[in-house]
Amino acid sequence: MSWVPEQPDRVWRSAEPKRRYQVVIVGGGGHGLATAYYLARNHGITDVAVLERGWLAGGNMARNTTIIRSNYLWEASAGIYEHALKLWESLEAELGYPILFSQRGVLNLAHSPQEVRDGMRRVQANLLAGVDAQWLDPMEVAEVCPIVNVSPQLRYPVLGATYQPRGGIAKHDYVAWGFARAASDLGVDIIEHCEVTGFDRRDGRVIGVRTTRGEIGAQTVALSAAGHTSVLADMVGLRVPLQSHALQALVSDLLLPVHPTVVMSNAVHVYVSQAHKGELVMGAGIDAHNSYSQRGAVHVIERQLAAAVELFPVFARAHVLRTWGGIVDVSPDASPIVGLTGIEGLMINCGWGTGGFKATPGIGWCYAHTIAHGQPHPLNAPFTLDRFTTGALVDEHGAAAVAH
Amino acid sequence: MMIITCPWCGPRNETEFHYGGEAGVAYPADPGVLSDEEWGRFLFVRSNPKGVLHERWSHNAGCRRWFSVHRDTVTHEVGPAR
Amino acid sequence: MSQPFRHPDRGRVDRTRPLTFRFGDRTMTGFAGDTLASALLANGVHEVARSVNLGRPRGIVTAGVEEPSAVVQIEAPFPEPMLTATTVEVYDGLVAHPLRGQGWLAPEPDSARYDAVWAHCEVLVVGAGAAGIAAAADAAASTGDRVILVDERPPRPSEVPAGVRLLTRTTVVGYYDDNFLVAVQRRTNHLGAAAPLEQARERLWRIRAGRVVLATGAHERLIPFPDNDRPGIMLAGAALAYLRDYGVLVGRRALVYTNNDTAYRVADELRGAGVDVVVADTRADAPAADLPGARLSGVLGDRRVTGVRVAGRQLDVDAVLVTGGFSPVLHLYSQAGGRLRYDDGLGALLPDGCRQRVEVVGAAAGVGLPRCGPPPMPEPSDADGRTFVDLQRDVTIAEVRRATGAGLRSVEHVKRYTTAGTAHDQGKTSGLLTSATVAAALGSSAAEVGVTTFRPPYVPVSFATLAGRDRDDLFDAARLTPIHDWHLARGAPFENVGQWKRAWYYPRDGEDMAAAVTRECRAARTGVAMMDASTLGKIDVQGPDAGEFLDRLYTNVMSTLAIGAVRYGVMCRLDGMVFDDGTVARLTADRFLVTTTTGNAAAVLDWMEEWLQTEWPHLRVWCTSVTEQWATVALVGPGARGVLARVAPDLAVDVESFPFMRWRDATVAGLPARVFRISFSGELAYEINVATWHGYALWQALMTAGADAGITPYGTETMHVLRAEKGYPIVGQDTDGTVTPDDLGLGWAIRKSTKDFVGRRSLSRPDTARSDRKHLVGLLPDDPTLLLVEGAHIVGHTPLGPPPVPYLGHVTSSYPSVALGRTFALALVTSGRQRIGERLYATVNGTLIPVEVTSHVLYDPEGARRDG
Repeated sequence: MSWVPEQPDRVWRSAEPKRRYQVVIVGGGGHGLATAYYLARNHGITDVAVLERGWLAGGNMARNTTIIRSNYLWEASAGIYEHALKLWESLEAELGYPILFSQRGVLNLAHSPQEVRDGMRRVQANLLAGVDAQWLDPMEVAEVCPIVNVSPQLRYPVLGATYQPRGGIAKHDYVAWGFARAASDLGVDIIEHCEVTGFDRRDGRVIGVRTTRGEIGAQTVALSAAGHTSVLADMVGLRVPLQSHALQALVSDLLLPVHPTVVMSNAVHVYVSQAHKGELVMGAGIDAHNSYSQRGAVHVIERQLAAAVELFPVFARAHVLRTWGGIVDVSPDASPIVGLTGIEGLMINCGWGTGGFKATPGIGWCYAHTIAHGQPHPLNAPFTLDRFTTGALVDEHGAAAVAH
Repeated sequence: MMIITCPWCGPRNETEFHYGGEAGVAYPADPGVLSDEEWGRFLFVRSNPKGVLHERWSHNAGCRRWFSVHRDTVTHEVGPAR
Repeated sequence: MSQPFRHPDRGRVDRTRPLTFRFGDRTMTGFAGDTLASALLANGVHEVARSVNLGRPRGIVTAGVEEPSAVVQIEAPFPEPMLTATTVEVYDGLVAHPLRGQGWLAPEPDSARYDAVWAHCEVLVVGAGAAGIAAAADAAASTGDRVILVDERPPRPSEVPAGVRLLTRTTVVGYYDDNFLVAVQRRTNHLGAAAPLEQARERLWRIRAGRVVLATGAHERLIPFPDNDRPGIMLAGAALAYLRDYGVLVGRRALVYTNNDTAYRVADELRGAGVDVVVADTRADAPAADLPGARLSGVLGDRRVTGVRVAGRQLDVDAVLVTGGFSPVLHLYSQAGGRLRYDDGLGALLPDGCRQRVEVVGAAAGVGLPRCGPPPMPEPSDADGRTFVDLQRDVTIAEVRRATGAGLRSVEHVKRYTTAGTAHDQGKTSGLLTSATVAAALGSSAAEVGVTTFRPPYVPVSFATLAGRDRDDLFDAARLTPIHDWHLARGAPFENVGQWKRAWYYPRDGEDMAAAVTRECRAARTGVAMMDASTLGKIDVQGPDAGEFLDRLYTNVMSTLAIGAVRYGVMCRLDGMVFDDGTVARLTADRFLVTTTTGNAAAVLDWMEEWLQTEWPHLRVWCTSVTEQWATVALVGPGARGVLARVAPDLAVDVESFPFMRWRDATVAGLPARVFRISFSGELAYEINVATWHGYALWQALMTAGADAGITPYGTETMHVLRAEKGYPIVGQDTDGTVTPDDLGLGWAIRKSTKDFVGRRSLSRPDTARSDRKHLVGLLPDDPTLLLVEGAHIVGHTPLGPPPVPYLGHVTSSYPSVALGRTFALALVTSGRQRIGERLYATVNGTLIPVEVTSHVLYDPEGARRDG
């Protein structure tokens, strides 16, 4: 029987806010915590506070379906996600924290000749980018994941799949806590229940934040607030091309091992894995309208389960135990926005939509570099705000695997 | 499952509607005179408030008319249609 | 002795209907009306499961959906995992098995049916206890109001008020926006193998209610003490329910352990049924208690309680009945957006206002619940590792204290650290206990600590129930052309294009796809061939401003089109990327017929409506989809004119009378038709449109008329080859949302005048105006028999070198061509048009294939063949 490992006896140190810091990171989710850790570890910058308005890592970090992969289409995306995946592969040792990282492989199913072309294209792009990728025919899909229905009688039959063997899952909470503890040990202040209510500015430059726990000065304020980025950006008059939507997920009851890998399908829209304790973890598309509610509509869930039972007939009598929603910040090209903002002293990291969790260590690494140097890291340089002016978008709608 | 009131057909389930994002963002009278930055803002930047949003819907599965409402993005409460 | 713990006359089970079931390796009997739990208890079986982590024996704790412990696997008649024995109704032939925290899924498909229905009512009452029935009666008294009363239990002989629609065995599982609630009705589960297959096993009710009354009752709470998970330990209220409802004694000698006054009613009634009862009350001021101010400090027995240590002495008992107070069931209220407040007197949460039209009545509102505060927490001791907070997840007080000791403060963190509250019961009986434990550890209060968020569903719901009927053929509607049956009879495989089923190719005996497509292509290029093009999107655009309107949406000018003429057109999105293409025909001065790609028909119509209604409401234009009103057959090849002449004798088909890019009304095969001289193959071609219901007749008439010319039906694959030979792009295959018209070699279709069209401004942005963008070009492999894989990437050098390898583009289309006598491909290649004649390499899985870059138009570039 697989069960969760013993939890460590010590997590992070809860800090009281100081009057000022070199760097204030707004948002204590996975990205904010990883950024703080790499600021300290890679750049020796330890005068850092991570401000979280609620309980630590209680936003999308606690709500995602924990899928990790790097098989995105464009070179820019593969670059940053593959950097993340390489970090994932040694993260448990790096953080000294059991994060249940499991490289069980990720299948992206194709259900039409066009999806076959798109999948093959992505495999070839991935191979050139140094990302492990294979194209599988339906019989090979069934070998990797025997419970997928590969019958040609399906309404949208499985015609093949891309396969990234190094993809997989990890335990989201433990990842956040591992980063939090490691950052905290290096001197970073982690401050919960501290909501930013405004920004202090001098001569246009951001010099600090106002919070529910007082004013906190900073040389650099780095936003890392996912679905709430627009709320913060509005406070400084920064217009960012983001829309916040509810993205729902759900878990089943605990089942004996039945699903050995991660399966994602766009056409029969669902993605699902089986976590260590045995529950199926599942997600699908976003709710169409803007929302900050952390809950979605049940018709989206009904459609998702129709897709799940269609692709996995064996799931028919598994039970949904719990559904919930996160707030995803969706950008126009389904790619993130990272870097400078045009406002001195203010950095931004947002727009990850549904891809945020898998990028956690990679973006933490690169965002820390961007903050430390005042210049984008080469891997996040393509993801500037400026691209929405020039038109040099990084269109990942096809590979994002969630219909935006 | 929100109820949205179509000004022509009355209150209906949200599944009958197509979402159109922020309302009141007019197509520029002469796009040719806009700078790249202004055009980029028109193309991609829309309000994303945590609270009331003036937004567009189309009654796709009904009369196919577009209209706008004020809706709270936290509670999902919908105000009157326009 | 059979059912030794069945009371001779109490309960509502039907003793005339004995039922035989199997649990584990024991075959037992119960009665109609039993749950698996009551039947097991009647047979003296308390141990029904093992705990997930520690493997400890576990029993039955409750008599309802809140059961945290007695989780079983159903094996027959059909496997279902992780059901609570307290909610499974017994039937003949039931086979169940104890579980250790994980169930299993049947490998064979579930043959049961599921469905969903809608219901609308003025008042929905949830829960048919006394408060719910009273509320329903009140509501029904209002003339004309539709009242629905929902109850999770089987039908009972209780009084249903007149005018109330009662749904039993139905659990409301979710409360969503605008008083939309979802309930699951279990319709045939209790029938076992006798369930009629044609009847839905479970039904999802989607209920829209004017107002909602929640009469959902309260869940009793445990009191933590060492080894409080032993079989034989259960909630006091559950013991009462087993006696009253099922006539089952949960033991002969019971200790009732309480912190509130409800225990005494339980004790009295059990004594009346012949049970020896000792009441131990944690309160010092408890005059009716046998043992006031008592603490239960230990439990004897491993697989069943045999005794307790309480108040310093040892008692022999076979049941411990615990009541630690009650928590109102406010899951649905909270899901609705209702606020909760902690009430110290009840030691529980109470409703505190909701924006939706909902009221809470009865015990769910705290009415009639005992004042008792939270359950007393034991002093820290070395028994904490055996003192359970969440039975199903094996979470002990020690584990919760370890979480707070590690530095966690939020109950949400403690939940995630310990997994408390994450099991099938979602912490129904343990949630407040966890909070109280955290509070005790932090020196805080349960009110400050709070509880984790309530989320749907209230009880577990099977995937299949939520999937409903949207499975197999009904997963998504299939759109079929009027000629579909012919394609089917001819043995054509089908390609899914959007929701459409399109004939892919028509294999003859012994032919594979390649052979069939070769034959079909040859017929189209050298003889005559035909295809069913009915799926093409068609939009009728009418009104005095229709020409102006189309000018704004297409990159080229449509308003100058002559009546009777047809023009190819491209549409961009606002970002300047190709959105769709098709033809525009002018039917009259103020009427155009627009065609779209098959997959984009709905999107293009939506696009048109959006612009018309939201930006240009002053334009007098009306758009109507006529895709399904017309059947379309493409008649293609040098022999097409002859065949058309035969079926349309009144139509002048010579080149002068009916030139390229014109349309004519005509009678074809005796049918009123509109004939377009347009071509997606480069060959002489006609697209013949007739009313949909004539489509099949037209098809057969053409097959007959062309028989001696060897007319050959062809499918989408041949269509793709023919168009690719001519360099005609397919939107969605040769484009991916990042391609401008100019990238596709369609710069000629962009108007020269400065007049705006949608997307135009985007084309002059720095990135879209680059000359080194990717262009659509042709590729000829050096080896003319080698077929490139679609999706292969293009590089300019060999060898590849280590990753990341920069690449120039990718292959979008690739086919063997009978017309070219070789293979060829289309590709999007950086600066492609500047590279014509260059040697590049296609790479597939690391191998490099030399190719030559050519124009994307490989066949008949001068357009000599279109007139036949």
